[in-house]
Amino acid sequence: MALSLNTQLSCHDIRLTFGGVTALDGVSFEVMDGEIFAIIGPNGAGKSSMLNCISGLYRPQQGEIKFDGLTIRDLPPHQRAKRGIARSFQNIALFRELSVIDNIMTGRHLSQRAGVISGGLFWGWAKCDEEHHRAVVEEIIESLGLQDIRRCAVGSLPYGRQKRVELARALAMEPRLLLLDEPMAGMNAAERDDMVGFILEANCRRKITVVMIEHDMGMVMDISDTVCVLDFGKRIALGSPEQIMNDPHVIKAYLGEDDGFF
Amino acid sequence: MRERIALMIKADMGLFHSKKSLAATVSFLVCLMFVPVYGSSYVLDVVNRIGIAVIAALGLNILTGFTGLISLGNAAFMAIGAYSASWLAMRTGINFIFCIPVAGIITAALGMVVGIPSLRLRGLYLAMATLAAHFIVEFLAVHWESVTGGVAGLTISSPTVAGFALDSDRTVYYLIIPTAILSVLFVSNIFRTRVGRAFIAIRDQEMSAAVMGIDVFKYKLISFALSSFFAGVAGALMACQTRIITPENFPISIAIDSLAMIIIGGLCSVIGTIFGAVFLTALPEFLRLATTALAGSFPELIGKLASLKELVFGLLVILFLIFEPHGISAIWQRTKNRF
Repeated sequence: MALSLNTQLSCHDIRLTFGGVTALDGVSFEVMDGEIFAIIGPNGAGKSSMLNCISGLYRPQQGEIKFDGLTIRDLPPHQRAKRGIARSFQNIALFRELSVIDNIMTGRHLSQRAGVISGGLFWGWAKCDEEHHRAVVEEIIESLGLQDIRRCAVGSLPYGRQKRVELARALAMEPRLLLLDEPMAGMNAAERDDMVGFILEANCRRKITVVMIEHDMGMVMDISDTVCVLDFGKRIALGSPEQIMNDPHVIKAYLGEDDGFF
Repeated sequence: MRERIALMIKADMGLFHSKKSLAATVSFLVCLMFVPVYGSSYVLDVVNRIGIAVIAALGLNILTGFTGLISLGNAAFMAIGAYSASWLAMRTGINFIFCIPVAGIITAALGMVVGIPSLRLRGLYLAMATLAAHFIVEFLAVHWESVTGGVAGLTISSPTVAGFALDSDRTVYYLIIPTAILSVLFVSNIFRTRVGRAFIAIRDQEMSAAVMGIDVFKYKLISFALSSFFAGVAGALMACQTRIITPENFPISIAIDSLAMIIIGGLCSVIGTIFGAVFLTALPEFLRLATTALAGSFPELIGKLASLKELVFGLLVILFLIFEPHGISAIWQRTKNRF
């Protein structure tokens, strides 16, 4: 994996509360450029809240989030997308009525330039622009094996396929940081293997940093460079997969007494 | 391989997915050219009103069908378009033809102002906000007499194009129908590009649209602007057709008619908008002809037939919603697939 020593994303002392409930309580971590960073923890530990803070859907009450050394704490989500942050959602958030192609094309939104008037007139450069970006999308469709369903409306596809389209849509943004919220939940073994392949390819070939939430421990320990463990909104461990597997706090707090889990 | 993909992309991006649909469209347009030659003044009046309804409903469909923002302000936007075009033409003496796009732009700007609450409001709450806009416009139309002429309204002299006065249904046809065709083309194109996709993305999943880099508020305002532009143009054309506009030309029922057109025609469908506009404009005419014909054989019913017309109209709309919730465009799609 293309691991370097530059910090790409740093979250410092993040605190997020909803009314009286504390979702995140002073969480800090740093993600290096080009690594695969996994966030694990039991249900309700604040994993998804953490991703939402990074992509801008939640604004933490306290703490600092820096991307490439610049603060993004107060930026709205679309500005963060512009900086190069893409994500997928735990409960698939595709555009149901659009076809697979058009869903992935929305990932090209920031790279495209057509406005209302040039788009309405269409012929001329809006058409060239559209053709060019369609060709880029066609490459992504091919690399993720979505050719046979490219014209289907996304809402009609099986779950595993939708997850894959969501990854394709995020990749179409050519992001530098990809946030994946349970990319493999609800998939069968074959679909999981494919998904692991796609994530690794994005990381190695496209040099995309990946931050993911996943419950599949075997997979997390296999492909992650760093693992962060959350429990009740607090970070209880951070380190390489080996360190995490042997960490007494993790074994106690997250896995209970069952230390034969891994 | 690469050429094959390039060809496929070109085919996907075309407006017409088969030679047959291209041929059908061309022959339909040719037929339209002959309407003023053979059509009676009555037929032309109905067709002109259909053309205006297509433009207005198209505007509403951009906002409600494609972007998911329910609006009851369409009649207000049409009124703004009609009044601003007429006022401009009267005050400045500019040819009315040129006032039409300017009126569209003025309406678009005001439409964006009405769209500002959409940042926070959605669904029925937004509909209420646009309804408020409707009543404000209606109030201004009655009371801002220096501009709107109050209850008496404004009278417009017929616009002229290269010496020809557009003073009859036959001549106005040549202004209205080409404008409607160009509007349909423009809107179809929008939905082939990123702007149209952004609208649909906002409707389907606002949160995920934002994460894709779409500035949700900006695109909602663009949707409002575009939608009111077309409503404004439709209103200006209506002024051109009737040549006298009063506050009574733009009651709330016009806004509801537009809404009914896009629901019956098909939300989120350009061709459906056309069907809906044709259906809802032609249906009352058809029912009127039918009741007049029946009045001959059942003279004792003559008083009741007028209300019967309204009843049949409402019943048809309800039946449509029950049996074909996706509108006429769904029927059209099925018929097309059969060939």
